[in-house]
Amino acid sequence: MHIRLKVWRQETQDAAGKMESYELNNVSDDMSFLEMLDMLNEQLMKQGIRPVEFDHDCREGICGQCGIMINGRPHGPLKNTTTCQLHMRTFRDGDEIYVEPFRATAFPVKCDLKVDRSPFDRIIQSGGFISTNTGQAPEANTTRISSPLVESAFDAAACIGCGACVAVCKNSSAALFTSAKITHMALLPQGKEEAQARVLNMVKQMDEEGFGHCSNTEACEAECPQEISVLHIARMNWEFNKAHALKK
Amino acid sequence: MLESKIPDGPLEDKWSNYKAHAKLVNPANRKKLEIIVVGTGLAGSSIAASLGEMGYKVKSFCFQDTPRRAHSVAAQGGVNACKNYKNDGDSVFRMFYDTIKGGDFRAREGNVYRLAECSTSLIDQAVAQGVPFGREYGGYLNNRSFGGVQVSRTFYARGQTGQQLLLGAYQALMRQVAAGTVQLFARHEMQDLVVIDGKAKGVIIRNMDTGAIERHAGHAVILATGGFGKIYFLSTLAMGCNGSAIWRAHKKGALIANPSWTQIHPTSLPQSGEYQSKLTLMSESLRNDGRIWVPKQKDDQRPPNQIPEEERDYYLERRYPAFGNLSPRDIASRAAKERIDAGYGIGPLKNAVYLDFSKAIREQGENAIRKKYGNLFRMYQKITNVNAYTEPMRISPAAHFSMGGLWVDYELMTTIPGLYALGEANFADHGANRLGANSLLQACVDGYFITPYTIANYLADEIRTPLADLNHPAFAEAEDNVKEQLRLLLAIQGKQPADFFHRALGKILYDKCGLSRSAAGLEEAITAIKDLRKDFYKDLYVPQGLGVNAELEKAGRVADYLELGELMCYDALTRNESCGAHFREEYQTPDGEALRVDKDFSFISAWEWQGADKPPLLHKEPLHFEFVTPTVRSYK
Repeated sequence: MHIRLKVWRQETQDAAGKMESYELNNVSDDMSFLEMLDMLNEQLMKQGIRPVEFDHDCREGICGQCGIMINGRPHGPLKNTTTCQLHMRTFRDGDEIYVEPFRATAFPVKCDLKVDRSPFDRIIQSGGFISTNTGQAPEANTTRISSPLVESAFDAAACIGCGACVAVCKNSSAALFTSAKITHMALLPQGKEEAQARVLNMVKQMDEEGFGHCSNTEACEAECPQEISVLHIARMNWEFNKAHALKK
Repeated sequence: MLESKIPDGPLEDKWSNYKAHAKLVNPANRKKLEIIVVGTGLAGSSIAASLGEMGYKVKSFCFQDTPRRAHSVAAQGGVNACKNYKNDGDSVFRMFYDTIKGGDFRAREGNVYRLAECSTSLIDQAVAQGVPFGREYGGYLNNRSFGGVQVSRTFYARGQTGQQLLLGAYQALMRQVAAGTVQLFARHEMQDLVVIDGKAKGVIIRNMDTGAIERHAGHAVILATGGFGKIYFLSTLAMGCNGSAIWRAHKKGALIANPSWTQIHPTSLPQSGEYQSKLTLMSESLRNDGRIWVPKQKDDQRPPNQIPEEERDYYLERRYPAFGNLSPRDIASRAAKERIDAGYGIGPLKNAVYLDFSKAIREQGENAIRKKYGNLFRMYQKITNVNAYTEPMRISPAAHFSMGGLWVDYELMTTIPGLYALGEANFADHGANRLGANSLLQACVDGYFITPYTIANYLADEIRTPLADLNHPAFAEAEDNVKEQLRLLLAIQGKQPADFFHRALGKILYDKCGLSRSAAGLEEAITAIKDLRKDFYKDLYVPQGLGVNAELEKAGRVADYLELGELMCYDALTRNESCGAHFREEYQTPDGEALRVDKDFSFISAWEWQGADKPPLLHKEPLHFEFVTPTVRSYK
């Protein structure tokens, strides 16, 4: 395949960025999108051009480190797919592909396609955990959890923190990410004790990081590689209102 | 030199006795002690969080953009624990025995027993953290059987057990960051270890955003940096997995044990093209329901569904009737390679075998299979464009887990006092082969339940020792060496990127020091790696720039791999037997099974760095079996 690329190049966070055009020949159908970028980088280095920096690690769709805008969509055109699991057979010979970083005020660009997603860590630090110390746990089967309940919690816990939900949202809202964690813990008996403080703190932190509000367009769910449901946002709102109402 | 420090006494009392007599650090003194933890996977996050909870001051480093990306996240299948919930005869002793036997009697009894003993607490810990393990309808935990064992002791969270366990550990770590006990440094890579008066006292770190070289001091240093299977280039590991931290520690005096024992995983997706950067693992749990076969006829061009039952060779069921498709990984991988090499491989590159679910789907229905493995089937379809519900998967062996790593004693301390290695970064517990679902377990118990006790035993004597001075000449020297190496890599200005050399090294190792080895092949490999290393320092191309520069990071890791690869070959060459992941062609039974030589090789090989271009020095730690008798592993 012959592929034409328009790639966002930005040397540092403070530098001005711009789109650059590149062309690639002999791209194979079986290559992943990131392997295509590897090929591009090899070609650029042969020409003495600085290779394109991009984030990636496991290349199995589970670590959440990859994530770029491909033709204006986070992780590209396929539903529920990370960039590393997007294969070039999805494109056609001669296609022109626009490649850009995730864009959100809360995710500043570090270099080319790499962005800073540390705000997600700070949201988790504000309450996205169950306060249990090592070596204190009771026998696991003393906490009975029905299979449907644990499966629902799992549906939320499956979030990989890639940030696609933020990148696709017109308000750059982190509601899907934050609500997934809140749901995961609010559903489980282990997480109930701290549910009120958790939701209040996490929502506050989310706002302080500069993420926008959720306005229910649901693009996040449509672009989420893990099919995280927007119903978690409804649960977050419910938990938030409940916590507010019960706040002493 | 190699004192394993296994406590005396009956097997079942060793760990309790150790804990009862180990020195303690008073809570008021803990905040005076600073600990550096490199790596944030299951071992790194769990130890950093545990030490933070206890009140120590911890610095946690990872090269990813957040700790939650560590490659523990990708483990699919499950985690072992001998809870005996299924009442099928499981016990600590049975799990200990399975693990010792699975490792081909090349691990220490004391360590392995402790692994089994701590396994039950791990499930309790993870459930308390909110890890959503699979449950039965009554609400109790479910578990299943996994490769190599005959009881159900594997707990799972769909096909994403590693992800969920890691999130539990990561959240515990984030809780400590919020509490101020742990300082987090993401996108920071360790470059060197600082040793003062023979003890580990700090690290040199490169900030991967700015390129700044930083000095960090600690009363102890913990390396939890995972395995180095990515040395084969094509492997199931994440792209960033590397051996650099342990290699740099090795060059500072820490011995490396059994480096040639890298597990080749039997159920990875086959290589399909030249630019391929990794091989994706399909969880071994698939072997619970999938049947492995190749056509009986060589070079059979028919699509798999048109090959009738009687023309299929279910070679694992044929050769190993007791375990069949659940044979341990080394057996299953080697059997696949044997068929592929004999000309029965399938797929466009003839490098794969079939993993067929048709029988299970006929018997249990598609929905039952979808429920168990849905995400794996979806992943398979995304990568290969093949629907595995209607056509068998194609699988192939791939480099996966390093059983070798830094030599550690029972306390998980390396030969450098104050330097610890946890999880896959150490060599302990798995022997010559790791059983499925034991890797998450080892990483977690090392971090949650073992090191918090053993490190206190060391730190109790360090309370009055002030933190090392960052201006100490040892810091300056280590920093200068790091800067000099970066300068050297940038100055070569050759023609080939780091990946070129990495691929070439991977091919040498896969061919000569992979699934099977021979003395002649290993000697050729040593020469070839030396030549490749010379070429690397003449012809490497790294783009200029000390800020964000992924190629510079890769080049540093490949430079280390080029030294480690040679050591792997030396290690394999000295072991004149076939054992676990190490299959020497000269040592096999008449029917092609591994021929282990206990009388000569019942020891751990621990290698000492002698300097560049000097042969490494071998030390031996003899293995003593007091409680089990090594037997021939037979899965027939």
